[in-house]
Amino acid sequence: MSLLTWKSWLGGAAMLLASSAGLSAEPALVYSVGGKFDGSFNEAAYRGAERFAAETGESYRDFEIARDAESLQALRNFARRGADPVVAIGFNQASAVSGAAADFPDANFAIVDMVVDAPNVRSVVFREHEGAYIAGLLAAMASKTGTIGFVGGMDIPIIRRFLCGYREGAASVSGDVRVIFNMAGDTPAAFADPARGAELARSQIARGADVIIQAAGGTGIGVLQAVADAGKLGIGTDSNQNGLHPGHMLTSIRKRIDTAVYANFMDARAGAWTPGVQELGLKEGGMDWVLDADNRALVTSAMEAAARAAEAGIAQGRLSVHDTMRDGECPL
Amino acid sequence: MMAGQMPRWADYILMPAINVAAAFFVSGLVVLAIGENPFDAVRILVWGAFGWNEGIGFTLFYATNFIFTGLAVAVAFHASLFNIGGEGQAYVGGLGVALACLALDRFVPWWVTMPLAVAGAAAFGAAWAYIPAVLQAKRGSHVVITTIMFNFIAASLMVYLLVNVMAKEGSMQPETRTFEDGGRLPLLDTILPGVDFGSAPANLSFVIALLACLFTWVLIWRTRLGYEIRTFGANQTAAVYAGISPVRITIVTMLISGGLAGMMAVNEIMGSQHRLLIEFVSGYGFVGIAVALMGRSHPLGIVFAAILFGMLYQGGAELAFEMPAITRDMIVVIQALVILFAGALEHMFRPTLIKLFGILSAPASRAA
Repeated sequence: MSLLTWKSWLGGAAMLLASSAGLSAEPALVYSVGGKFDGSFNEAAYRGAERFAAETGESYRDFEIARDAESLQALRNFARRGADPVVAIGFNQASAVSGAAADFPDANFAIVDMVVDAPNVRSVVFREHEGAYIAGLLAAMASKTGTIGFVGGMDIPIIRRFLCGYREGAASVSGDVRVIFNMAGDTPAAFADPARGAELARSQIARGADVIIQAAGGTGIGVLQAVADAGKLGIGTDSNQNGLHPGHMLTSIRKRIDTAVYANFMDARAGAWTPGVQELGLKEGGMDWVLDADNRALVTSAMEAAARAAEAGIAQGRLSVHDTMRDGECPL
Repeated sequence: MMAGQMPRWADYILMPAINVAAAFFVSGLVVLAIGENPFDAVRILVWGAFGWNEGIGFTLFYATNFIFTGLAVAVAFHASLFNIGGEGQAYVGGLGVALACLALDRFVPWWVTMPLAVAGAAAFGAAWAYIPAVLQAKRGSHVVITTIMFNFIAASLMVYLLVNVMAKEGSMQPETRTFEDGGRLPLLDTILPGVDFGSAPANLSFVIALLACLFTWVLIWRTRLGYEIRTFGANQTAAVYAGISPVRITIVTMLISGGLAGMMAVNEIMGSQHRLLIEFVSGYGFVGIAVALMGRSHPLGIVFAAILFGMLYQGGAELAFEMPAITRDMIVVIQALVILFAGALEHMFRPTLIKLFGILSAPASRAA
C-alpha cells in the first residue's frame, strides 16, 4: 500500500472516530475489571445507568476495562468527547481518575468506592460494615446451631472490614455465636470462582454453620447454591439476591451503587452536579437490607424488630460499627 | 538449503505473517458474524495502535512488558525448559523494584535508583524461579507444574505483604505509597526530542527491554554458556556426554529466565504505576509464552511479536471503545486466534509452504 492510500485509510478511521464524538454531554460509565455482567458490583452500576436511560429516554456510553492500564485511556477518551459526568466504578480506578481529572479540569468525574481529592471529582464511598452488622445480627438470630459462616472473595481490606462488621453484628446478639470465616483466594479469580465458593460453604456447613453470608462476587453464587442445596440459609450482598433461592435466602445486603450512578447522571442532567465526598451508609440509604416476598417467612418479627432497632441506632449515631480502615484491627 | 526446508527469511518472516493474516481473516469472520464491518474494525484497531501519538506510546508500553516476558520464556525454551511461571516471577520482581524505589526515591535522582531497581527486579524474579529450578534439576519435578504452582504462591505472598505489611495507612487499596521522583523512570517522550506520546506511559524501560534482547542474543549465540544451554536443549544425553552438567544448566537457565520475567516489573512499577499494587502483572507473563512461540525464541522475532501483541492490546482497547458491539471479550477472541494460529496451528501452513519452496528451488538446483 502506498503511503498516500495508507494515510487516507487512517484518515478515514480518524473521521469515523470524530463522527462518533458528535453527541456531547452524554454521561459515561467505566466499569471495573470484573466486567459489566458480574452479577453484583458492576451490574449494579449498569442497572443504575439503565434506570437513568429508561426514565429520561437519554443515552449513555459505557466501557469495560480489561486491565487497570486501560482505565486512564477510557476516562480520557470519554472526557475528550465531552461526556458529563464520567463515572468510574471501583477503587482500582482511583489513580486513573485523579490523572484524568487533572488533565481535563473542565470535565466532571465521579468515582465509586474510593476517595479522589480533586476539585472536579465526586467520590462516593459506602460504609459496607454497617450493612454487614445487620447481616451478622440477623444471621446470629436465625441460626439454630449457634454457628454462622462468612465466605469472602479476595483477602483485601474492603472484605476484611465487611467481615468485622458481620462479626460485631453477630456478637451483639450473643457472645457465644461462633463465626467461621474463609477467604476464597489471593487473586481476582477469588471473585469469580463459584466452585470454590461452594466448596468453602460446604466445609463451613460441615463444621456446623447454618447461616452463611457471601462477600465474594461471582464466587458467592456458588456459596448460595451450596447453602440452598444443603437446606441452610444464605445471605446475599451488593444486589438483591433473594430471588436466587427463595426460601433459602435470609436476606440480601444491598450496596446501592445503582443509586450512586443514577444520582450522578441525574444531577448532571439537572445541572446540579457537585464535586466532593459522599459517604453513604444505612442512614443515607446507601446500604440496606432486603425484606421481600422471597424471604418474608424466614424473618421473624423479633428479628425484624432487632434489625430495625440496630439500623436506627446506627443511623442516629448511637451505635457505632467498628471500621477497620479508620479504627484499626477488628476487636473481635 | 536442504530439501524439506525453507529459507530462513521465510521461516522467520513469511510464516508468522501468513499465520497472523489467517488469524485476522478468521477474526474478520467473527466480527462480520456479530454484525459489524470487519474492515472498519481493522482500521480502528490499526489506527488505535499506530495512528496517533498516544496510541503508539501505549503500544510500545505494552510491548515492553511482552518483550521481557517473551525473552524469559525463550531463554528457557533454548534449554527445552517450559517456564510458565513468568506471571509469578514478574509479580515478585515487582517487590524488588518497589523495595529499591521505596528506600531511595526521597534521597537520590532516578538514575541512581534505576540500576538498583533493575537489579532488584532481576534478583527477585530469579529467586522465585530458583526453587522450581532446583526441584527440576535435582528431583525431577517438572517445571511446568512447579512454576505454575509458584504463580499462586507468589499471588498469596504479594497479597499478604501488600495487605498486612506494605500497605499505606488508611487506604482501602492494597498498595504501597506512591514513589517520589527518585523512584520514577522518565517517559520516552521526555528523553527523545520531538516525540510526544501524550499520556501514554512508554518509558525508559523500553530501552532496557531492547538491551535485554541484545543481552539474550549474545548470551544464547555468542557465549559458551549459551552454547551449553542450546546443546542441553537439543539433546540432554549428548550434553551430559559432552561434560555439560544438567543440574547447573537447568538452574542457571531458569535463573536467567526468572530474572528477565522479573524485569517486566520495572516497566509497570517504576515506569508507569509508581507504586507496588496487587495484580499488576495481569496476564503479561502468560502472553509472554505466545510471544516467545511467535518470535521463534529469537530476540528480534520477540520484539516484533511483542509489538504485535502491544498493538492488539492497545488497538483492541480502542476498538472496544469505538464499536460497543465488540466487547472486550471479542478482543480476547481475536488475541486468542492469533495465539492459536501462531502457536498451536503453526504447522498447518508449513508443509504446503515447504513443498512450494521445494518446487521453486528445484529447477535452480538442477541447473547448478
